[in-house]
Amino acid sequence: MSQATLRVQKISGHAGTVPGEDTQREYAVCKLIDTTTCIGCKACEVACMEWNDLPFGETTFDNTYQTMPETRWNYWNLILFNEHQAEDGSLMWLMRKNQCMHCADPGCLAACPADGAIVQYTNGIVDFQQANCIGCGYCITGCPFDIPKMNPKTNRVFKCTLCSDRVSEGLEPACIKSCPTGCLHFGSKEDMLDQAEHRAKQLREHSNYPHAGVYDPQGVGGTGVVYVLHDATQPELYGGLPSNPSIPWTVKLWKGPLKWLGNVAMVGGLIGLFVHYLRFGPKAREEEDMQPHEGKEP
Amino acid sequence: MSHADQLLPHGHVLRYSFRERLIHWVAAFSYIYLLLTGLAFWSPWLFWIAIALGGAPVSRMLHPWFGLIFAFGVFQMYVMWSSQMGVTDTDKAWFNSIQYYITNQDEKMPPAGRYNAGQKLLFWGFVTCGILLLLSGVVLWFPERIPWSFRYLRYIAVLTHASAALLTIGLFLIHIYMGAFAERGAFGSVIRGDVSLAFAKRYHPGWYKEIVGESAQPPRK
Repeated sequence: MSQATLRVQKISGHAGTVPGEDTQREYAVCKLIDTTTCIGCKACEVACMEWNDLPFGETTFDNTYQTMPETRWNYWNLILFNEHQAEDGSLMWLMRKNQCMHCADPGCLAACPADGAIVQYTNGIVDFQQANCIGCGYCITGCPFDIPKMNPKTNRVFKCTLCSDRVSEGLEPACIKSCPTGCLHFGSKEDMLDQAEHRAKQLREHSNYPHAGVYDPQGVGGTGVVYVLHDATQPELYGGLPSNPSIPWTVKLWKGPLKWLGNVAMVGGLIGLFVHYLRFGPKAREEEDMQPHEGKEP
Repeated sequence: MSHADQLLPHGHVLRYSFRERLIHWVAAFSYIYLLLTGLAFWSPWLFWIAIALGGAPVSRMLHPWFGLIFAFGVFQMYVMWSSQMGVTDTDKAWFNSIQYYITNQDEKMPPAGRYNAGQKLLFWGFVTCGILLLLSGVVLWFPERIPWSFRYLRYIAVLTHASAALLTIGLFLIHIYMGAFAERGAFGSVIRGDVSLAFAKRYHPGWYKEIVGESAQPPRK
């Protein structure tokens, strides 16, 4: 696997700066998913398993067009299905291809304590390096999209790589290549947002979707996967897509102010105790307390 | 009165029974392992500790098990000592004159019993933080088993675990400092079990009166 174009810009659990940080800039890549043209064929699910050499596992039939309830450690790409009844009584089948969103500000990476277990490349792809993973599962807590999944046998966490190996060779991700309706697109973030806005405008002006819009949540700095939704005011309808996702505030507090406060308190405490000993010393000389009362009983 | 507090030859008194000493060191060694591996996961600058202790995945795997050992130790301490750790009026007076304790003017302190108010604070601090660490630690042990609808448990657990651990580190540092440096003879008492009567009188006058008064036979030399 060539990593010629995969330079790292963020490293989890890393002391000091990122080697080579800011020496080179790249276009952020982006996957565009137009939910309005998805027919739920699952070609992307199969392509994902094939390219990433994931074993075929058991599926769950629950009387819907959904393969299983949620993504798994070895099933990274899942089309979520929702039969939605609009206010006028009409039915809509909402299909949303769910996978890692490749956040610009990834909660998994912020929470991860293992050096180099999660990296973000300069093209924006967030990738797990299982060789460096310690199996703590903090990424699961940090992720606002419920994406990282643990392999119970190896205690390593897996998720969509945005086919970083293909992208580094100038190819589009496997899911994009397999899509028969053209609802999936891949390119620079700029171009994909442009195309998404164009499509949303088309839906608003030429179709009966006045609330159509683009999902690119700013709470996580924007994402490397953007959606076009028929109704951007209700993203929850699409398999629980959070309307305003962000890194959990407890994770931010823990990795931010609490870390600084704790470090200052620990180092300050050590220095304080040492200085106290220099100034005041022991409460009594050892020999005073070790000696028996030589006839000086009270 | 337990089988501790027996007067020993050469002006000594048994302060900690074998069981008390053993439990103390079970908790102490497990705590030190938890502290080191916990600090490794706390800061990237200390991640090397986990590598030195056999690798970070090993540290991640063993940390919860040592946590159970530590929780067992704290529970045993609670069973042994909680009845002696009630806060008294003397303890309140002790805290009000803590500046004399800090500046080694112990003669100005209210007479402490078997445990002074600071030791009681340490005890209750470790019991409280121990419970918080155990509860949050169970969540952190299996974060992938927590359903998405209960994700707030995970959010609370990461913050609780780190905060409670930091509080115990503060207590731990003071405990080591008092036991190993400030009060000469205290460290030996939790190894051999005994302290001199002079130690008892200096640091725990209330306890000293109790043991000398209760003793049928006068202390032998």
